[in-house]
Amino acid sequence: MAHGPAKGFTRWLYTTNHKDIGSMYLWFSFAMFLLGGVFALVIRAELFEPGLQIVEPGFFNQMTTMHGLVMVFGAVMPAFVGLANWMIPMMVGAPDMALPRMNNWSFWILPFAFAMMVATLFMEGGGPNFGWTFYAPLSTTYAPPSVTFFIFAVHIMGASSIMGSINIIATILNMRAPGMTLMKMPLFVWTWLITAYLLIAVMPVLAGVVTMMLMDIHFGTSFFDAAGGGDPVLFQHVFWFFGHPEVYIMILPAFGIVSAIIPTFARKPLFGYSSMVYATASIAFLSFIVWAHHMFTVGMPIAGELFFMYATMLIAVPTGVKVFNWVTTMFRGAMTFETPMLFSIAFVILFTIGGFSGLMLAIAPADFQYHDTYFVVAHFHYVLVPGAIFSITAGVYYWLPKWCGNMYNETMGKTQFWMAFIGLNLTFFPMHFVGLAGMQRRVPDYNQFFADFNMISSCGAFLFGAAQIMLLYNVISTIRGGKKATDEVWENPEGLEWTVASPAPYHTFSTPPAVK
Amino acid sequence: MLKTTSRLVAWLSVPTLLLTSGHVLAEENGRSTVNMPQGVTSTSQDIYGLHMDIFWWCVGIGVVVFGVMFYSMIVHRKANGAKAANFHESTMLEIVWTVVPFLILILMAWPATKSLVKLYDTSESDVDIVITGYQWFWKYEYLDQGVSFFSRLSTPEEQIRNQAPKGDNYLLEVDEPLLIPTNKKVRFLVTSNDVIHSWWVPDLAVKRDAIPGYVNESWTYVNEPGTFRGVCAELCGKDHGFMPVVVKAVEEGEYNTWLADRRAQAEKEKELANKTFTFDELMVQGEQVYGKACAACHGANGEGGVGKAIAGSPIATGDLSGHLDIVINGSQVNPAMAAFRETLSEVDTAAVITYQRNAFGNSTGDAVQPIDILKFKQGN
Repeated sequence: MAHGPAKGFTRWLYTTNHKDIGSMYLWFSFAMFLLGGVFALVIRAELFEPGLQIVEPGFFNQMTTMHGLVMVFGAVMPAFVGLANWMIPMMVGAPDMALPRMNNWSFWILPFAFAMMVATLFMEGGGPNFGWTFYAPLSTTYAPPSVTFFIFAVHIMGASSIMGSINIIATILNMRAPGMTLMKMPLFVWTWLITAYLLIAVMPVLAGVVTMMLMDIHFGTSFFDAAGGGDPVLFQHVFWFFGHPEVYIMILPAFGIVSAIIPTFARKPLFGYSSMVYATASIAFLSFIVWAHHMFTVGMPIAGELFFMYATMLIAVPTGVKVFNWVTTMFRGAMTFETPMLFSIAFVILFTIGGFSGLMLAIAPADFQYHDTYFVVAHFHYVLVPGAIFSITAGVYYWLPKWCGNMYNETMGKTQFWMAFIGLNLTFFPMHFVGLAGMQRRVPDYNQFFADFNMISSCGAFLFGAAQIMLLYNVISTIRGGKKATDEVWENPEGLEWTVASPAPYHTFSTPPAVK
Repeated sequence: MLKTTSRLVAWLSVPTLLLTSGHVLAEENGRSTVNMPQGVTSTSQDIYGLHMDIFWWCVGIGVVVFGVMFYSMIVHRKANGAKAANFHESTMLEIVWTVVPFLILILMAWPATKSLVKLYDTSESDVDIVITGYQWFWKYEYLDQGVSFFSRLSTPEEQIRNQAPKGDNYLLEVDEPLLIPTNKKVRFLVTSNDVIHSWWVPDLAVKRDAIPGYVNESWTYVNEPGTFRGVCAELCGKDHGFMPVVVKAVEEGEYNTWLADRRAQAEKEKELANKTFTFDELMVQGEQVYGKACAACHGANGEGGVGKAIAGSPIATGDLSGHLDIVINGSQVNPAMAAFRETLSEVDTAAVITYQRNAFGNSTGDAVQPIDILKFKQGN
């Protein structure tokens, strides 16, 4: 029964083990995170001062595009799938994912998708240069020839995400240990269940929109070409019908991670568990009816503007509930501030700041001034970097001792946190200012008026980058050695994952545990 | 306890200090470097008011939420001997923090709705201007006035390449600004010739996407004369960062004189199209046009770059009609080579083609006249 992993490279190529696949997802996403980070640093280096210094405008646009695509599809989404693979079976008391062979496949097509997408940078005419939102007709009639490879890469990523989601839903709905009712599931499982449904709903829409692009480019259709009777605004509607749920796909699992960590280090149960579940479901529902708030300036009729403005403002309510619940969980606890807790607290504070700017952006008339400026860049980086990146980092520090059996070095972990925290705020906070003062997004050059804050941003970005190298060092040195972790790792943490040995054996819960 | 508290205070004061020192430096030429401009129109001031209202609501909520959070982080820490309570539910609290934010949202939605209705009222305009986005400049056309012109970035390449000191309006200056009269309702009809652009002037709080196949409407009403600078806000390709907007508001009298001048000038240009130029005249003008319209892609000396080299090019040294075709109609295979049918006058087109065929070592000896261009355009 208790056989270990196969030896050599084929272990990884043929594996159907959720832990192996989870690890591969996490390493892959970290590699993409560093690559996307390098693209970001090219951007920040060019923007260090006014004038063109390092790259040409055409290449700059390829960098902004690839930075967005790699971070969204290559870093954040696979990292959450990796955490889901590792933790969901262990959290619900299942021996593995429900569909292990599909699990292997959904991972292994990803490296090919990204190899194809990144290869476009070396093709004639350069890589995609139309922004990660690839608005038509810039991405169709006016795109470089490599756009076709980009389209196929997106198709493969979509297939991977859909398969991953089916697997997660099948696992959660069918493989829970006896007694683990839905309302007893850890919030990470809940948020992933809802995220998986969002993915299944919107990834086909993304596949549809890129296929329409493919048709326009190669087969003479005119979905998005006004000269042929098509409609460029249709592209934006379809894209954002995918795109808005997509941004919640990148944040809901983060809510789950933080909801696991804060109670552990506050030594107090999560406040308002069921309202957290309902709030997550409400956010997921609302995410389908707010897409056009990304398009307030396209000239929608006023009724449309008002509907999308009101619906968007409503999102503040369930999001507020979540923040209030986390704060109340901390209230009258007995808190300690280990690295995962520091990242989680920073998550709550900075994500809330990102939520505030989101509320400001929801006000349609004000959005006429904010739209497509650095204020928007500041907003979504405040939501995504502390939201997704900090929560993933928090999760890695929190569960790493369980994965590899060794404790990480707390001093190193805290140092990394402060570097990342300071770097992040230096990078993104000044972007609010330059955006409000009138600097538009996606430009390689700007007036001297914006110079001081851009220089601060650029310095912060390099500090943030250095913090990620330190994360890599911390993780590798923890895997290679260090103080042995106990099975519980932390003081009385809640959840089935802490009832198995550290490091977690290759096969866990071959017989289901009893859940009270 | 004291030590931790003072550490925390010190830590908290850093961002505050940064913010306040930011405010000391916050004004440059009367413009805030950290906040939205109030602008010069009643709509821009409405929007500024909305922006500040919602900002202060957020600050208020932030103070409460972060206040409770930092209080617990300081007081309820294990190191201080705090014992964890065990409460984890309160329906009452959940209802309160669902309903109160909802009410705040209604308070914010009301003025926002009023402003939006006002912004959308484009009726009864005095002046109508069609704005067309091109890669990478703007065309302004005064409806029923017989006046239209292009407005391009006028910042010299040397400043962008850091070979010359940057002027105050670096990247925010154009060869020909849009003129509007003060104390008149001006309606903008915004569209595009190629990809999506977005016409934005912060001081007027006008931002409208320029979309091919659509005509979007917006309006402004400026009371005092002044110059207002903006940019293209929507990513539109390579030179997205280099297509600024400059709007100059002038008194009605000055506006009317200018409009009459422009009309006369347009008439003269039409006449010029029938004139025959000497080879030297064409070469002199051609060099200027080349610098404005071609050099960015094809190189200052025709050596090529993003675009193909002009020096020794089979098109520029070959059959004249092929050369006319690619300049006037653009490339059939490469969208980066734009069509200049509309954006260059007959005279300019004739001059630049003559120049390309006789400069950079090309020596066809051809002199192309405006009338040739006109005939070619009519024939195609």
